[in-house]
Amino acid sequence: MHRILVIEDDAAIRNVLRVLLCAEQYRVVEAETAARADIEARTHRPDLLLVDLGLPDGDGITVIKEVRAWSTVPILVLSARTMDAQKVAALDAGADDYVTKPFSAPELLARVRAALRRSARNIEQPPVLQLGNIAIDLTRREARSPSAEVHLTPLEYRVLDCLARQGGMIVTANQLIREVWGPGRLGDTRSLRVCIKNLRQKLEANSSRPQYIVTEPGVGYRLRVPLVTDAVPASSRRAD
Amino acid sequence: MLAKVIADETRARRGKLRIFFGASAGVGKTYSMLEAARVIRTSGVDIVIGYVEPHGRIETEKLLEGLEQLPTMPVNYRGTLRREFDLNASLARRPAILVVDELAHSNLIDGDPAPRHAKRWQDIEELLEQGINVWTTVNVQHLESLNDLVAQITGVRQRETIPDRIFDEADEIELIDLPPDDLIGRLKAGKVYVPEQVPTAIERFFRKSNLIALRELSLRRVADRVDAAARASVLTDRTSRAWMARDRIMVAIGPDAQAEQLVRAGKRIADGLDAEWSVVYVETPELLRLSAAERNRRIDLLRLAESLGAETVTLDGPSAAQVLLEYALTRKATRVVIGAPKRRGVWAWLRPSTTSELIRNARGFDVITIGLADEMHPPVGRPAPSVLAEFAAPVHWKRYVWALVTSAIATAVAFAMFPYFELVNIVMAYVLASTIAGVRFGRGPAVLAAVVNVLAFDFCFVPPRFTFSVADVQYIVTFAVMLIVAVTLANLMASVRQQTRVAGARERRTSLLYAMSRELAATRGLNNMAVVAVRHIAEVFDCQAVVLLPDSGGRLRHPGEAAVEVSFKNADLSIAQWVVDHGKRAGLGSDTLPAAPALYLPLTDEPQRLGVLAVLPANRRRVLLPEQRHLLETFAGQLGLAMERARLADQAEAARVSAETESLRNTLLASISHDLRTPLSVIAGASSTLVERGRDLDEDTRQSLARAVETKAREMSELVSNVLDLMRFESGQIALRRDWQTLDDLVGSALGRVEERIRSHPVEIVIPPELPALFVDANLVVQALVNLLDNIAKYTPPDTPIHISAQVDDALVLVTVDDEGPGLPAAQRERLFDKFQRGQDEGSVVGVGLGLAICRTIIQAHGGVITAGDRPGGGARLQFTLPTKEPAS
Repeated sequence: MHRILVIEDDAAIRNVLRVLLCAEQYRVVEAETAARADIEARTHRPDLLLVDLGLPDGDGITVIKEVRAWSTVPILVLSARTMDAQKVAALDAGADDYVTKPFSAPELLARVRAALRRSARNIEQPPVLQLGNIAIDLTRREARSPSAEVHLTPLEYRVLDCLARQGGMIVTANQLIREVWGPGRLGDTRSLRVCIKNLRQKLEANSSRPQYIVTEPGVGYRLRVPLVTDAVPASSRRAD
Repeated sequence: MLAKVIADETRARRGKLRIFFGASAGVGKTYSMLEAARVIRTSGVDIVIGYVEPHGRIETEKLLEGLEQLPTMPVNYRGTLRREFDLNASLARRPAILVVDELAHSNLIDGDPAPRHAKRWQDIEELLEQGINVWTTVNVQHLESLNDLVAQITGVRQRETIPDRIFDEADEIELIDLPPDDLIGRLKAGKVYVPEQVPTAIERFFRKSNLIALRELSLRRVADRVDAAARASVLTDRTSRAWMARDRIMVAIGPDAQAEQLVRAGKRIADGLDAEWSVVYVETPELLRLSAAERNRRIDLLRLAESLGAETVTLDGPSAAQVLLEYALTRKATRVVIGAPKRRGVWAWLRPSTTSELIRNARGFDVITIGLADEMHPPVGRPAPSVLAEFAAPVHWKRYVWALVTSAIATAVAFAMFPYFELVNIVMAYVLASTIAGVRFGRGPAVLAAVVNVLAFDFCFVPPRFTFSVADVQYIVTFAVMLIVAVTLANLMASVRQQTRVAGARERRTSLLYAMSRELAATRGLNNMAVVAVRHIAEVFDCQAVVLLPDSGGRLRHPGEAAVEVSFKNADLSIAQWVVDHGKRAGLGSDTLPAAPALYLPLTDEPQRLGVLAVLPANRRRVLLPEQRHLLETFAGQLGLAMERARLADQAEAARVSAETESLRNTLLASISHDLRTPLSVIAGASSTLVERGRDLDEDTRQSLARAVETKAREMSELVSNVLDLMRFESGQIALRRDWQTLDDLVGSALGRVEERIRSHPVEIVIPPELPALFVDANLVVQALVNLLDNIAKYTPPDTPIHISAQVDDALVLVTVDDEGPGLPAAQRERLFDKFQRGQDEGSVVGVGLGLAICRTIIQAHGGVITAGDRPGGGARLQFTLPTKEPAS
C-alpha cells in the first residue's frame, strides 16, 4: 500500500485527488502549505509526492528542492498550462514528471503508477524494451525486428537508455543532453532533435505520428512504452 | 479683459511683492522695512531675513536682533570672499515673508559658485513665482526708465537698474520719504555712510538740489503708479479697452549715441500715454558697414528696449525714412519718436536726414523729435568702417582689369569716331564705358574706370592733344560731370548689390527653416526629429547643438547615442532642467546664468514641456544678435511644434487603439458569456441531478451525465485557455522561447494533442526529410497547429481527409494544412483570422472564434505569415511560414 503526500492549497482539488487516489487503494496524506509539506514528508515518509506549483507560502519548487536534499522519492508536479517555464524549472529542480491542470483521472493515475514503478526498480538493470515488434536489449546494445536487424548508433542507444531508465516519465532536453553528450553541450538541442528524429525513423511505424518516443513540446521527451517485465498486463489492459 | 483675469490668476498663486521705495540712499528704507518686520513678527507671522546690507549702521543691526536670519552664502569672487544672498536656501526654507534688501543688486556673475541669475530682481522673481512673499528696498535712480534722467540730474550714472515692470507689478509700494535737510543731517551725523566717506558723498551726490529733484521724481513715480492702477480698474469696469483709440509709439533709432536716450524717452512717453510701443532699427546698406563694436552696441540697445517692455523690430531697406514710413503706416503708429536732425546748412539740404524726410512725409502720425542731451556730443567722424565679413563683397582684381579694358575699348571707339564726330559726342563713348563699369564691376573698378576715362579723354582728344594740359577751361566741367555720374552710378549699383546679398542671406536662412520643417514633417519619432533639428541648427548657426528630451520620469537626459558629430555633448543638465521647469531661456546672452557658455531654449512655452534646445555657438556674438536669436527661437519653436504634433498624433493613435481594445473587450464579453453559459448550464444541470437524484438513476444514465460534465468542463477549459492565451499575446506578456525544432516533431505533438477529436479524419503527412530545423517556440507552434486541426475537426464532416505538407522557401519553411471539406466561405476569407469570426453562424459549433486569431498571432510573432485559400481539387487550404534562421537581432 503506497503512501502519497498531496501538497495542494485548494481544498476542492485536494478533495478530488483524495477520492481518486483512495479509490485506487493508495493512502493519502495532505499538506496545504510549503512549510507543512516538509514536515509531513519527514514524518510520513511517503512513496510519492504530488506537488502543486502555486502554493500560498512559497514556490512548489522550494518544496521539491528541500525534499530532494534528503530523499529520492518520486515527485509529480501539478501545474497550469501556462506555466511552461516553471514546469521545466521544477523538473530541473528534481521533480520526475508533471500533470497539467485541468487533468483527467486516467492521465493522473497513469503518471502515478509509472512513477511508483520506476522507484520500485530503481537499482535494477535496464530491461529489454519491446517497441511494437522491435525488441531492444539495452545492456547488450542489440535491436531486432522479425524482418531484419535494426542498426542503432551508440548515441541512439544512450538516448534510448536514458529515456527507458525514467520508465515512461518525462526527461527534459537538458537532462538528456547532460547524460548523453555531457554537460559541455548543454543548450545544444539541435543534435538531440536530429538524434530523436533518426530514432523515430528506425523504431516508429509512422515517424510523423510517433507512438513510443513522444515529444512534450517545450519540455522534453518521454518513452511511452510498456516494459517487458509488465508488458503482459499492459497489453491486456489495452485489449479491453 | 481676459488678459486681466489671467494676470489676476497668476498673481493669486504668486507671492506678493512689497517694495520700500526711496529717493536716495540714507532715507531709511532698510530701517523702516526691518521695523515693519519686527511688528509683523510679534503677531506671529513667519517672517525671515534673507539678506540685509547693514552698511555698518548700528541702528539697523540692532533691529536685526531677534529676527530669524538665513545664513548668507560665501562666494569666491576674484580671490576675495564675499557674502551673498542664498536663493536656494530661501526656497528650501519657504517662509511666509522673506526680507531681501537691495532689489537692484547685481549678483557676482563671475563668482564661484556662479549665481543662478545675473540680478537680484530675478532671484526675487523666482521667489515670488514659488509663492513666497518678498519685502525689498529700492531707490528711484535704479528704475530703468528714469536712469538717464537721474544721470542728468546728478551727473552720476547708475549701473544697477531694475526693469520698470518689477516696480509696476509690485503689490505694494511704500514710499519712505525724508526731507532733504534731514537726510543731509543724518548723513553728517554718520548714520548713512562711515564718516570718512561723507564729504565726497555730499559733494558728488547728496547736494541739496539733487536731493530735491530725486525726491520729486520718486513722489511722481509713485503717484503715476497709483494713477495707473486707478485707470486700469476704471477701464476694466467699462466694456473693453478696445473701444479706446489707443496710442502706439514707434521709436526709430539709429546707430548713433542718441539711441539710448531715445529708447528711454520712448518708454516715458509710452508710459505717460499708457500706449504700446516698439523700437525700430533700420538696417540700411550703409549701416551694414559699421564696425562690430557699433553693432554690438545696437544689440545691447535692443535688449534694453525689450527689458523696458518694447517690441523690437529690425527692418531693412535702402532708405531708412522710407522703411520707417511704411512700417509706421502698417502698424498704425500714432506717434513716432526720433532724434532731432543733426545736419546743418547746405549738407542738410543736399542729403536730408531721415528725421527731416520723415517729418516731411508724416501722414496720420505725429513726429516727436528729441534733442540731444547736454552731456552728449554728436559723434566726431565715423568709426573706422569694418565690413562684416558675412556681407562683404570679396575684392575681385579681375574686375579692375576688366574696368581698364572697357576704358581701352572706349578709347579705341573714340579714335574711330574722332574724324567724324564732335568732341561732345566722343565723350559719350566714355560715359557709356563708365556706366558699363559701374553696372558690371562694382564701386572700386567703376571709380578706376571713371578716372582712367577722364584721363584718356583729356590726353587723347582734348586740345592740345596728347598732353594732359587743357586749353579750354569748360572741359573741366565735362571732366567733373563725367566723374560724378560714374561714381554716383557705381555707388547706387553697389548699394543695390549689397541689399541683394543681405536679402539673399536672409532668404537662405528662411529657406533653411523651411528645409528643417519639411524634413521634420517626414520624420517619425522624437529622437529622430531631434537629430534632424540638431543637424539643421548646427549648420545654420555655425554651432554645436543638442536637443534634451525628458525621460519617462520627466528628468532631462542627454540623447543616448551621439548621432551627429555636431552634437553638443557637454550641455549642462541643471540649467536645462531650470529652463524646462520655468519655460524661459537661460544661459549665454539671456537674463539667467548669462555667464554660461551655451544658450538653452525651451522648445515650447506650453505648460507641457517638450524639451530644451542647447546651443554652443562657435562665435558668441552671432547668437547675441537679436535677429539671430529670434531666428534661433523660431527654429526651436518650429521643432517644438513638430514634436508636439507628433506627440498628439501618437496620443490619437493610442486613443484609437484603446477604443478598439475597448470594443474588442465588449465583443469578447458578449461572446464568452454565450460560450461559457452553455457548457456551464450542462455541468450545473448534470451534476445537480447526480447529487440530488443519483441514487434513483440507473448506472448508464449516471454514466452519461458524468460524461457530459467531463466533456463540457473540457470544452470550457479549452475556451478559457484560448482567451487567456490571446490576452497574454495582446498585452505583450508572451516572450518567445525559441529553440531548434524539427517540423515532424511539432506536427507529431500537435496530432497527439488533437487525437481524440480528429480520430475519424485520415491524416496524410508529407514532410521532406531534408527540411531544415526551425527556430521557433515549440509550444506555441504546436498550439497553432492544434488550433488549425481543431478548426478542421469542427467545420468538416467526419472522414474528411487532412493533408499536412511542408516545403523550403528560401529562409522560410512553408507549411500547408489542407482538408477536403466544404472549403472556406469566400465572403469571410479576409476576416477569417480576425477575432470572433466563425465559419458558420453561432449556435451549432462550440468555441469563440479565437482559434485562428491565436494562430495568426503566433505565426506573426515568429515573423511568419498565415493565409487562407482554396485547396486545388476542393476543400480549404491554410498555409503559414516559419523561419529557419535565428532573427538577425
